[in-house]
Amino acid sequence: MTAARLAATGLACRRGERLLFAGLSLALAPGDALHVTGANGLGKSSLIRVLAGLLRPFAGTVERSAAAALLDDRHALDPQVELGAALAFWCALDGGSAPLERLGLAGLLDVPVRYLSTGQVKRAAMARVMAQRAPIWLLDEPLNGLDTGGVALVEGLIAEHLAGGGVAVIASHQPLASAARVLALGDFATPSPSPEGLLP
Amino acid sequence: MIATLLRRDLATLLPGGRRGGTLLPLLFFLAVAMLYPFAVGPEPALLARTGGGVVWVAALLAAILPLERLVAADLEAGVFDQLHLRGVSEELAMASRLIAHWLAFAPLLIIATLPAAGLLGLSAETIRILLLGLLAGTPGLAAIGLAIAALTAALRGGAALAGLMVIPLAVPILIFGAGALARPDDAPLALTGAISLGLCALAPFVAGAAVRAARES
Repeated sequence: MTAARLAATGLACRRGERLLFAGLSLALAPGDALHVTGANGLGKSSLIRVLAGLLRPFAGTVERSAAAALLDDRHALDPQVELGAALAFWCALDGGSAPLERLGLAGLLDVPVRYLSTGQVKRAAMARVMAQRAPIWLLDEPLNGLDTGGVALVEGLIAEHLAGGGVAVIASHQPLASAARVLALGDFATPSPSPEGLLP
Repeated sequence: MIATLLRRDLATLLPGGRRGGTLLPLLFFLAVAMLYPFAVGPEPALLARTGGGVVWVAALLAAILPLERLVAADLEAGVFDQLHLRGVSEELAMASRLIAHWLAFAPLLIIATLPAAGLLGLSAETIRILLLGLLAGTPGLAAIGLAIAALTAALRGGAALAGLMVIPLAVPILIFGAGALARPDDAPLALTGAISLGLCALAPFVAGAAVRAARES
C-alpha cells in the first residue's frame, strides 16, 4: 500500500455566487485524522467532495497519494435489492470483503435496502467503505443516525484505520475521540458579499 | 470490472428483474399495433400499406418509456460518485449502461414485431424489412435515449422532458428505417445502421460528460 498522504493548498470553494471558504490548506501524513467542524452551510460537505475530486475547487489544488473512499449521505446501495447483493457489487469491484459481523449486518443480508433503518444503512455504507480498502477515508457525517453502540463501533474502525497507516478527514457535528486535529471551517469563511457586490 | 458493471446494469434494467424492470414498453408497443386497426378500420390493403410505419412509430415511443429509470436513480444515489472514486470513468459506466439498455428493450421489441405484424396483416417481405430495420435502428434509439436521460437526469421532471427531446433526434432513424419499407433495395437499412453506429459511438461520451456536469451543479 502506498503511503497515504492527502494535501491541499489554497483551497477555495464557490457554490453558485457564494464563496464558501478560501485560503484553506491542509496536509495529512499516514495516521493523521482531521475533524472538520463548522455550522451548517459553511461548506463541510463541499470540502469533502473537493478532497474526493468530485468537485472542482474554485482555487487551489488537492493532492492524493492513494485511492480515497467516500462516505456521505448518498449511500450508493440499490434500494430495491437485498443488502447482500447491493454490497456484493461494490465488493466485486473492489475485490475486498466487508466485516459484516462486526458492523451488525450479518443478519440483514437478505433484507432489501429500502427496508433498512437510517442507522443500518449507515453501517452498510461503512461496510462499503471498509471493503474498498482505500488508504484515504473521507467521511461526511459518519455518526449521523447511529446509536451509541454504532458510534463507538465507527470510532473504533476509524482508529484502527489510522493505526494501520491510513488517513481520514471527517466532517461531523459530533465530538470525535479518534481525530486529534480539528479544522474549524468557520475560520476560512469569507464574508458574504453585500447585495450591491453581486451587481455588475 | 466491465463484466461487474454490465451485470448490475442488466439486473437493474431487464424486464422482470428484481430491481423493477418492467414489460411496460413491450405492452405499450403491442397495444398500439392492436388499437391501430380499430382506429382506421380493418381494410387489409390500408393496414398492409401503413402498418410498417405504425410499428416504427410505436417502437420509437416505446423506447422512451424506460428512460426515467436509466440514469437519474443512480445519479441521485451517488453510484457514479463511488465509481469515479474507483477510477471507473463516466464514459465506461455509460457504455455499459447503453449495452444493458439496448438488451433490455430491443430484443423483446423485435420479437414482439411478429405478433404486431400479425395484428396488422403485414406481408412476409414487409416483416423482413421491418425486423432488419428495427435491428439496425434500435441501437441508435437506445443511444439517443441514454444521452438524453443523462442530460435531463439532474432536472426536476426530467423524464417528461427527455421524452420530448428524444423525438426530434430520432427522426432520421425513423425516416430511413421506415423509408426502407417503401423501397425495393436495402440502402435505407444500411443508412439506418450507419446512423445507429455513429450514435452508439457518440452517446457514452455525451452521457458521461452530462453525468460529470450534473455532479458540479
